[in-house]
Amino acid sequence: MSPSVRLQEMIRVIRGARTQGEERGVIQRECAAIRAQFRQADNGTRSHNLAKLLYVHMLGYPAHFGQMECVRLIASPRYNEKRVGYLGAMMLLDEKQDASLLITNSIKNDLSHSSQYVQSLALCTLACMGSAEMCRDLAPEIDRLLRASNSYIKKKAALCAVHMVRKVPELGELFTPAARSLLSEKNHGVLHGAVVLITELCERNPDTLEQFRKVVPELVLMMKGLVMSGYSPEHNVAGISDPFLQVRILRLLRILGRNNDTASDAMNDLLAQVATNTDSSKTAGSAVLYETVLTVMDIKSESGLRVLAVNILGRFLLNNDRNIRYISMTSLQKIVQTDHNAVQRHRGTIVDCLKDQDASVKRRALELSLALVSAVNIRSLMKELLLFLSSCPPELRAHTTSGIFNAAERYAPSQRWHIDTILHVLTTAGGDVRDETVPNLIQLITTATELHCYTVHKLYRALITDISVQSLVQVACWCIGEYGDLLLRGECEETEPVQVTEDDVLDALETVLQSHMSSPATRGFALTATMKLSTRITHNVDRIRSIVSIYGSCIDVELQQRAVEYNALFKKYDHMRAAVLERMPVIDKSSPGHTNGESAGGTIKELEPTKLTQEIVFPQEPSNQVCDLLDLLGGSGEPFQPSPSLSSTAPGPASSTAGGDLLDLLGGLDVTPAPPSVTVYEKNGVTLKLQTDTQTDTGMTVTLTATNSTDGDITGLTLQAAVPKSVQLQMKAPSGDVIPAHGLGQVTQTVLLNNPNKVSLKIRVRVCYTSQSSVCQDTVQIDSFPSTAW
Amino acid sequence: MTMHFLLLFSRQGKLRLQKWFTPIPEREKKKIVRDMTTMVLGRKPRSCNFLHWKDLKIVYKKYASLYFCCGLDAEENELLALEVLHRYVELLDKYFGNVCELDIIFNFEKAYFILDEFLLGGEVQETSKQVVSRSIEASDMLQEVSERPCSR
Repeated sequence: MSPSVRLQEMIRVIRGARTQGEERGVIQRECAAIRAQFRQADNGTRSHNLAKLLYVHMLGYPAHFGQMECVRLIASPRYNEKRVGYLGAMMLLDEKQDASLLITNSIKNDLSHSSQYVQSLALCTLACMGSAEMCRDLAPEIDRLLRASNSYIKKKAALCAVHMVRKVPELGELFTPAARSLLSEKNHGVLHGAVVLITELCERNPDTLEQFRKVVPELVLMMKGLVMSGYSPEHNVAGISDPFLQVRILRLLRILGRNNDTASDAMNDLLAQVATNTDSSKTAGSAVLYETVLTVMDIKSESGLRVLAVNILGRFLLNNDRNIRYISMTSLQKIVQTDHNAVQRHRGTIVDCLKDQDASVKRRALELSLALVSAVNIRSLMKELLLFLSSCPPELRAHTTSGIFNAAERYAPSQRWHIDTILHVLTTAGGDVRDETVPNLIQLITTATELHCYTVHKLYRALITDISVQSLVQVACWCIGEYGDLLLRGECEETEPVQVTEDDVLDALETVLQSHMSSPATRGFALTATMKLSTRITHNVDRIRSIVSIYGSCIDVELQQRAVEYNALFKKYDHMRAAVLERMPVIDKSSPGHTNGESAGGTIKELEPTKLTQEIVFPQEPSNQVCDLLDLLGGSGEPFQPSPSLSSTAPGPASSTAGGDLLDLLGGLDVTPAPPSVTVYEKNGVTLKLQTDTQTDTGMTVTLTATNSTDGDITGLTLQAAVPKSVQLQMKAPSGDVIPAHGLGQVTQTVLLNNPNKVSLKIRVRVCYTSQSSVCQDTVQIDSFPSTAW
Repeated sequence: MTMHFLLLFSRQGKLRLQKWFTPIPEREKKKIVRDMTTMVLGRKPRSCNFLHWKDLKIVYKKYASLYFCCGLDAEENELLALEVLHRYVELLDKYFGNVCELDIIFNFEKAYFILDEFLLGGEVQETSKQVVSRSIEASDMLQEVSERPCSR
């Protein structure tokens, strides 16, 4: 009986076990038998026992007692034993086990074995689990094999070298010459290995990268050969000749062409050729096209080529294959900032993908749609987004609502549209909005003075329909409190007016006060609104008085305090009541969270950070943002969304009351030919320079350049900026977020400023980065700009 | 195509093959296997074949009753990964003749040997199907010869 049947027999028995317990029993018996066999002298069954053990291991049972057996089998002269031994080593040993060191010698011997299949086993194992020490030890062997062996071994040695370079980067220098010469091989396996090795070497060492730029023409020729060659049965996959090799060559070209004009020029024609000639009806072709597009977008390609690439992505969007639609959107997301117009052309298709069944595709479509919002398409795009919101999966709702709010804030064509949009979102998905939506909306409402009547009518209607959505209820209560008189008047130009009595309105507010669904904050809103109505209604003031006095003994301390204070207002300070509760002035968007001017000192309690009351209505960023960026020139800064990869525009508030304008520093901006740059920040080896370039008499371009003189790369660089209130700010996408060490490279980010009121220009920049694994964050204020004449 | 791991598992979540190309502690491996099986088996039938997990891209494909699932670096080409998985299935099919899950269960070591002729250190080592198949055949011949008692 051939011994391997015993392995299959064991597998059959294990699979026949009906319960977990039975299986455990069988396995324990087998393991005991295997252990016993291991202890015996060589009886020809060792490899089969190890194979059995490996099966057991795959089921999840412990198998460490087999480690030494692997070592022994690897050292055996017989191929069948070596084969299983090496397999065992790859499965049971990793570089952290002591036993793995013991196989170093066997591997070394086997690397020079007369049979290429034994050499192959050693190479495979080394590339799979070779530790840094083993790699250092055996690197010269690998180098030798790279130069003088057959193609079967060369291709494996190349990949083994890749593993070694990953483990011990200094070994890269050793393999560079051999890697170079491998490019002249004809065998595809070897070429593939060589390209992978060269890619690895170039990624790790910029000097090597420089060196290998010279092979770009060779690679271009190689690629051309693959693309234009006729049918090659050995390498053909769905009409593409060796897509694996093509993709790797394209990736190497990408690395070589990045940031280098000469190299990029040399590959321009080739990329155009690949893009046009590759048949993308099957995945293989699409994979090659995809890699081509990534390469085109990453190197310094001509604009015509870039448009071609974006069009390919656009075509992908219409593909039936969901995978291709998905990766098309991921790629479009990466380029939407830099090639915005090109991507805009495909907006229709992207918006259609919002209706796709697949959740990942939906998410990508949402991100892209939000990135494509502009003043031109805001109305139509918002319709689609709101439609999406009503049916979108729950995990995407919060993101959708905040995206919609940002877009609305930036591009709202009218205040009424803005208010309507926010109300629509609150009714559809009010539970998933951020906390500051309520103060933001209230602030917006106050600034839209002509729409107060319209707004309060809409909100009243919403309130009597449904009081479960807290954010909506809070805004509604606030509005009714403020503008209740407009509601009661019963006339409205913009919408059908409601005919309500004072009792109806008070009923609505009392329902909110008493409902279990209302959160404490909401009840606070309702109580204060009720109180405010006491100066806006005529007949039912007593009812209000009684409500207020009831809540004077409420268990909730916040409500109780308010009620007590309002009671006091009725009793002792009635002469002040009208003044205290009169209509609020338009709320200034930019002041940080101080109480509004009109509240009489002490009667309205200042809020705790988590709860919201209508007194604190300023748009505050979520707690992880920096609020003090706002406080420029004593309260005239702008709130800012710091996502460095998106261009952000500071919201232009509808009513910009003039802030503290000082000297007009920008009067008479002259465009100087070579604007000097000024160092604005220098710390920890990171230097940030600012250079200005004026284009119009109100607009200015500021370029921030960051360099790094330390020994390590700076990563995760983000720059945020804040400017005085009436200045508009737009930050373009930065060139990257990693500053190479030793001043080898820099990161630039362009900031467009528009200063229509010609206020004194100051800019506060916040720099965040990670240096030597510690996160640093600093803020600098720049008060003077180099190129302006003053 | 830098793969971090390749897993094959059945519809019930039973592991049929696991190849790890980076050194990971045993406990971590078990967790990854659990996460992968849960994530992949939980996908709706007409979803796309790409997922995100931690900082890796996960590409998976279902062939009959087996799920082939691999973990890649974030910059990798997912479409090519699908081709890699497909090529592996073709190689298995050629070797076993109309391969099915049982073949892989009862001959798991052969499945590994085939994989080791196709991928090395997480990268594709040979792009020609014929060359890989011929290498496996030759290795098998060598194994047979070395198993005979007279060759001791």
